Order: sequence, then C-alpha cells, then structure tokens
Amino acid sequence: MKQRSPSLKLLAHLLLMGIGLLFALPFYWLVTTALKPDTQIFQMPPAWIPHPVMWNNYPKALHYIPFWLYTGNTLKICLFSVLGTLFSCSLVAYSLSKIRWRGRDLVFYSLLATMILPGQVTMIPTFTIFKWLGWIGTSLPLIVPAFFGSAFHIFLLRQFFMTLPNELSEAAKIDGCSEFGIYWRIVLPLSKSAMATVGLFTFISAWNDFLGPLLYLNDESSYTLSMGLQRFVSQHGAEWSMLMATSTVMTLPIIAIFFFAQRTFIQGTTLTGIKG
Amino acid sequence: MNRKQPRLRAQERENQRNGTLFALPWLLGFAIFIAYPLCASLYYSFCTYDAIRPARWVGLQNYQRLFFEDPLFWKSLSNTLYMVALGLPIGLVASLGIAMLLNQKVRGIALYRTLYYLPSITPVVATSILWMWLLNPEMGLVNLFLKRVGVANPPAWLTDPFWSKPALILMSLWGVGGGMVIYLAALKDVPEALYEAAALDGASRWSQFRHVTLPMISPVIFFNLIMGLIGSFQYFTQAFVMTNGGPQDSTTFYALHLFNKAFLDFKMGYASAMAWILFLITLVGALLVFRTSARWVYYGGEVK
Repeated sequence: MKQRSPSLKLLAHLLLMGIGLLFALPFYWLVTTALKPDTQIFQMPPAWIPHPVMWNNYPKALHYIPFWLYTGNTLKICLFSVLGTLFSCSLVAYSLSKIRWRGRDLVFYSLLATMILPGQVTMIPTFTIFKWLGWIGTSLPLIVPAFFGSAFHIFLLRQFFMTLPNELSEAAKIDGCSEFGIYWRIVLPLSKSAMATVGLFTFISAWNDFLGPLLYLNDESSYTLSMGLQRFVSQHGAEWSMLMATSTVMTLPIIAIFFFAQRTFIQGTTLTGIKG
Repeated sequence: MNRKQPRLRAQERENQRNGTLFALPWLLGFAIFIAYPLCASLYYSFCTYDAIRPARWVGLQNYQRLFFEDPLFWKSLSNTLYMVALGLPIGLVASLGIAMLLNQKVRGIALYRTLYYLPSITPVVATSILWMWLLNPEMGLVNLFLKRVGVANPPAWLTDPFWSKPALILMSLWGVGGGMVIYLAALKDVPEALYEAAALDGASRWSQFRHVTLPMISPVIFFNLIMGLIGSFQYFTQAFVMTNGGPQDSTTFYALHLFNKAFLDFKMGYASAMAWILFLITLVGALLVFRTSARWVYYGGEVK
C-alpha cells in the first residue's frame, strides 16, 4: 500500500473527512439540542447554534429524573459485575489454559458453543429461578451471574494466558508454590492489560444494559440510567432538550472512559485471537 | 477407563482436582444459567405457564398456535429476516469499507478511528433517543439534509411502515465501529510483502483486494458474520425504545414479540416455544455459515 498515487491519497482523505463529518454530526446535534431553548427546538430551518445557550437545561434534566439515584444504582451494578467477572473469568481461564485435566477440552468447546445460544432461550427459566429466590426487584439478578463467568470473557482471557510462557510457573512450582499462588502471584500480574480490557468491556456493557434492568427492576427506586431514561421517553416524549441533556450525561462517562483507556480498547480486539 | 491402567500419578490427580476447582465458577454457572434453563424452557414450550401457577402440560398446542393462529409470529419472523437479509450485509460491507479507509497512512488517523468507534459504545437507549429526534419527519436532521439535496418528499421514517426498518438500518450504520475495529486489526496483520508480490505480478488494486486482502481477513469476516447473524436475530432494545413495534407492527421483531408474550401477557410457555424456534433458526443459520466456511475461509497456519 506504499506506492499510492497522491490523487488516491487525497480521495481517501476526503472520504475519511466526509464520513467523519456524518459520524460527528449526531453527537453535535445531541449536545446542541440539549442546550437549546424550547422555542428554538421546533424552529424551521433548525438553528445550528443554540441561542441563548441554555446551560440551565442540564441541572433541570438532572432533576427531571432522580439522576443521582439512578447513577448510583447503575454504578453499583457495574462495579460488582466487573469484580465478579474478573474474579470468575480469570480463574476459569487459568484452568482452561494452564492446568491439564481430563474434560478440559470438553468444557472449553461447550463454552464456545454457548456463545451462539440466543439469550431468549434461557431468559424465562432464569427469570423463574430469580423469582423463586425472591430477587425480582433487586439488582442481584444483574450482579450474581457475573460471579459465574461469561463465555466471551473467559475465552478472551484464556487466549491471553496461552501466550504466557510456562517456564515461570514451572519454576515456581518447583519452589513449592501452590497452583493458586501461581495464578495470583505470577499469571495475574502478567495479565494486567488483558484484565483491564475485560474489566472495561464488562463495565460498559453493564452501564449500557437495558434488557436486564427491564426484566428485573420493577421498582422505580432501583432503576438504572438506561431504564430511567426509557421511562422518561414514554412519559415526556416531546421534551427533546431534556431528553438530549440526559442522554448526553449518560453518554459522557463512556466517552471519558474511552479516552482514558483507548489503548486497552484497541488491544482488546486483537486479544481475542479471532484472527485465526 | 481401563481398570488395569496404572494409578494416576499424584501430580495428575492434583491437576485434575485443581483444574475442576478453578473451573468451578463456570461449571456451576453452566449448570444453573445454561443447562437447566435450556431443559426447562424446552419443557415449558409444551406447557401453559404464567410463572405463578405450576406449568401444565399441553403437548404441541403452543407450536400449533404459533404456526396456525398467530399472524404476528410470521410477521415478526419476516421483520427479523428483513434485518438479517438487508441490515446484516449492509453493516458488514460498511464496517469493512471504513476499516479499509482507516488502514491508510494519512494524518489524523487516530482521531478518525476514535470518531468512528465511539457510537458503537454509546448507550443504546441514548442512541435510540437521539435517532428518534434525528429521524423525526418534520424536524429531523436526516430529512432536513434530504430536502437540501433536492428530495421533495423525504420518507416519514419511523412513522411509515415501509420506511421504519430502513430507518433502523440507517441508524445501525452509525454503530458499525464495533465490527470495524476487528476488521482493522486483521487488515493490519496482512503482510505487506503479499501486496508487493502481487503488485510485481501486475495485479490491479481490485484484484489485490480480491485475491490478497479478502482471503487473508476471511476468518474475521466469518467471525463478524456469525456474531452479526446471532445479533440480528435478537434485535430488541432499539425497537422497544423507539417504536415499540409500530407502525402497523412493521418493527415488531421476533425478540420483541417474544418478550411481549412472556412479560406482558405472561404466556411463558408460548414464549418458550418461540425461543426454541429462534434457537433452531439461529442454529441452522450458523451451521450453514460453518458448512460453507471451508470453501471461503482461509486459515494461514492450516496444513492441508
């Protein structure tokens, strides 16, 4: 791809810019609609720059829904999901990559097979299990499963652990280190980047999750942001500036996380080892 | 196991014990959240069940009703197949196209990569609300743009049964970043030497793409195709938030119809039957892709 003609390069650049503009525009519209006074929202043709800039819309939107309560609920679910996922997935991934035992391959292949199982098939009995436990209306159904591992993240960590040399753990074993000691003191410290990737992906999917809260959180005081925002749409359908303001505030943490951890994200995609 | 075999050595026994112990979270999780629900939902699919009273066996009644008495079942299935047949290929091609663009050595590429990727991690509910506004027939940015370029009567998008699914596909294009980064990683791994050799042999840019790029990234196309297939069959949140199935059930997708049956009408046996049909359809789809994959997926390390 080195000896490209300058005109082709220019074309690529123009395309990148053009499509980039199309991708940026919805974000721009999200942020600026949130800052418009009501009269400007329905103005035709639409105004590109809010005037006057209604900074006030943000604090107003935060009072429209119990924003801080929902944020707290969401964060709680996110944090416990991350903890549970990191703990369970790394243990299982260690077992599937560093210990030789009978049945390991069977477990690994069944794990891969579960990835194509539609969630709808297990949804109803899982709901009945949680109902039987009396957990409907609490966040437990959204947290506890994380402690039993998720197929995709186990797979991702296993692929990473496979790349770690066995010499270190063998040396440690000769020195009398236990299996758990090797996992905890050798493998985990070498896997910080992979663990960070799994942690990030888990956090984001818990933050963005909608179906889970929709199934299990029936009490307004336990809603997550996704849930609260959706209810807000059905109740205040036409109040676009408020809707855009809350959507912006819900999106901001995700964008912030992305900017702080860009590297981890990009690494994550190469980690999966799906490149064959 | 043969009884005459020598006893497992101590190390092997210990490995067996540790291996199972470390894998225990998943083994339990598999039993509780996959194996049991799988069997239970198959059982429920032959029952009437409302999650309050115990399930009562009714044989094939749910399946009979689905196939012969529920037009919405067929409607939702065809809506979903529309997304699989149209939305999925468009998304796959768009994400590959953008990944190819991003694989150039031009200035500011990191910025573009970030910009293209961000929508795919934006919360779905927020994205849906934003696009409800963008796709608004009178006030929306999309139609404003269309009018500017000379379309006199732009579609009414989410309020028009003919345009509602295309509208959702249009929105999904904004989120192609997830597939795109996977393609991008694969494109970066295609050895430069292959292109150089092809160029020496006088291959045009198109035939370089056709005979070098495509085969080299085919495992990733395969991965994105399988994941996209599964995802399309489970399309739910956007429809729930934006249209709730309307207008005229044009966006009542399979997963939405199933959810409504289970959690609005509390016909959980009926919904379980729907879930199993979905499972079988997904399985057949995935198997078809797997079967053909030997012909078009190229694994570099494979020994033939």
